[in-house]
Amino acid sequence: MLTINNIEVVYDRVILVLKGVSIDVREGAITTLLGGNGAGKTTTLKAISGVLHSERGQVTKGTIHIGDRRIDGMRAHDVTRLGLAQVFEGRRVFEHLTTEENLTAGGHVQKDGSAVRQSIDLVYSYFPRLKERRHQHSGYLSGGEQQMLAIGRALMSRPRVVLLDEPSLGLAPMLVEEIFGIVDRLVRQEKLSVLLVEQNATMALAVADHGYVMENGRIVLEGPADKLRDNSDIKEFYLGLNEGGGRKSYRDTKHYKRRKRWLS
Amino acid sequence: MSEDMEFTFALILNGASIGLMYSLIALGFVLVYKATDAINFAQGEFVMLAGLIVAMLISFESVPLAIAVVVVLAVMIGFGFGLERVVLRPLLGRPVVAVIMATIGLAAVLRGLGPVIFGSETRALSLPIGDEPVVIGPASLPPIQVLGAVVAIVFFLAFSWFFKKSRMGVAMRAVADNQQVAQAMGINVERYFALAWAMAGIVSAMGGIVWGSMLGVDVHLALVGLKVFPVVILGGLDSIGGALVGGLIVGIVESLAAGYLDPYVGGGTKDFAPYVLMILVLMIRPYGIFGKRKIERV
Repeated sequence: MLTINNIEVVYDRVILVLKGVSIDVREGAITTLLGGNGAGKTTTLKAISGVLHSERGQVTKGTIHIGDRRIDGMRAHDVTRLGLAQVFEGRRVFEHLTTEENLTAGGHVQKDGSAVRQSIDLVYSYFPRLKERRHQHSGYLSGGEQQMLAIGRALMSRPRVVLLDEPSLGLAPMLVEEIFGIVDRLVRQEKLSVLLVEQNATMALAVADHGYVMENGRIVLEGPADKLRDNSDIKEFYLGLNEGGGRKSYRDTKHYKRRKRWLS
Repeated sequence: MSEDMEFTFALILNGASIGLMYSLIALGFVLVYKATDAINFAQGEFVMLAGLIVAMLISFESVPLAIAVVVVLAVMIGFGFGLERVVLRPLLGRPVVAVIMATIGLAAVLRGLGPVIFGSETRALSLPIGDEPVVIGPASLPPIQVLGAVVAIVFFLAFSWFFKKSRMGVAMRAVADNQQVAQAMGINVERYFALAWAMAGIVSAMGGIVWGSMLGVDVHLALVGLKVFPVVILGGLDSIGGALVGGLIVGIVESLAAGYLDPYVGGGTKDFAPYVLMILVLMIRPYGIFGKRKIERV
């Protein structure tokens, strides 16, 4: 559905951030992109959605396709029309608009008002809590509600591909589970293809079908989610488990750092 | 009603109608700030330009007023679009100060070019509304002030509806809230910037007609733009309702100052009274009466 082929991204014409990244997001499935801070995950998403331009970034090599339409170099608002939506890191709701106005703005690409109305109802059916808060300024919603609004707003353009950037950021574990549950339902019922960027690797690998691990602007590991869960490096560096699979105890913390095998 | 109260009433009524006419011009400023976050220091010059065009059309070419109005609206819309394209788009993503300096420069250019193109004499811009004062209770108003107030209220209602209810208006507010996210929602940010400037052009065209008709048209018409600042700072830089209320307050304060203070000090208080009020308001509510507060969640 979404194919990223060997892209390079350069900021300000000199800073090379992504160094040949290839990702394949399959139709009707969740693909996750894991990695530490500064690995280049968010840049990857911005390169896909086209908002990179407003940050003086550029895709200098490689291609990005949705279906068979090439989208790298296209402007963000045109990419959205082709059925791609992005949920930004840190929610980024339009704070001074009400919940419902946020959704209306999200449905900007739809031609007539009744289609917008229908989409709003669809979003409310997945997130009933948003309906209760429909006339409130979204800036005053709780973190979890804002995250729901950010996801709902992205659905308003009726996308086929959704880029989800750290939906768990700053939320209580219970809420994270609730939101991931809804995302999972959305993928199955609305036939969405999702590219999920996460720091919470446990949660991400639990819902995803396929995963990629990114480090320093490169993909270092790739595989089906269950294979990744069993990978000893992933266990140690991302899931916080020891090689036996038990929870890591800080009593027997190693005083040296094991070298990641993919760096050899 | 005693004579004192009648005097006060007349002052307030006069101030309110002038105030509404200030709001009309302030509306142009607010539209631009709301959508693009740019502070337009050339708002007064926009009004002057519109006034000059109308005055020239009806005096020289003996064009009917209706056609002159249509032409000036078209020219000002085109001017707004062109300005966004040529001057402001290249500044996109630069610091706000760059845009502010550009509009200050533009103001100087317009003030200079106006007399070069249209001549420097003061022209009358007469509207077919007679000069029989309109009597309201114990006071009366010149008809041009009534017309100005009505035009201001009509535009105020139209724009409040636009921003609250229409999808385009909501999209415009989304652009003002966060440009990057708005882009990702499929909103063509630059097109909305251009639209905001064009709307400011429309409002300025109407402002130019009513103010030009009241004061006569020459370069000094641009000075009404100075009154925009106390109005929008009182009301809130990005609030349409604020422009209306701010305009009313400034108009009434001015009028009362002129009526009650001027006799003691020999005149001139009406020019600075609004600014004194503005400074006081800034101390109590830095974002104006209706301005957008910075939302902080705790």
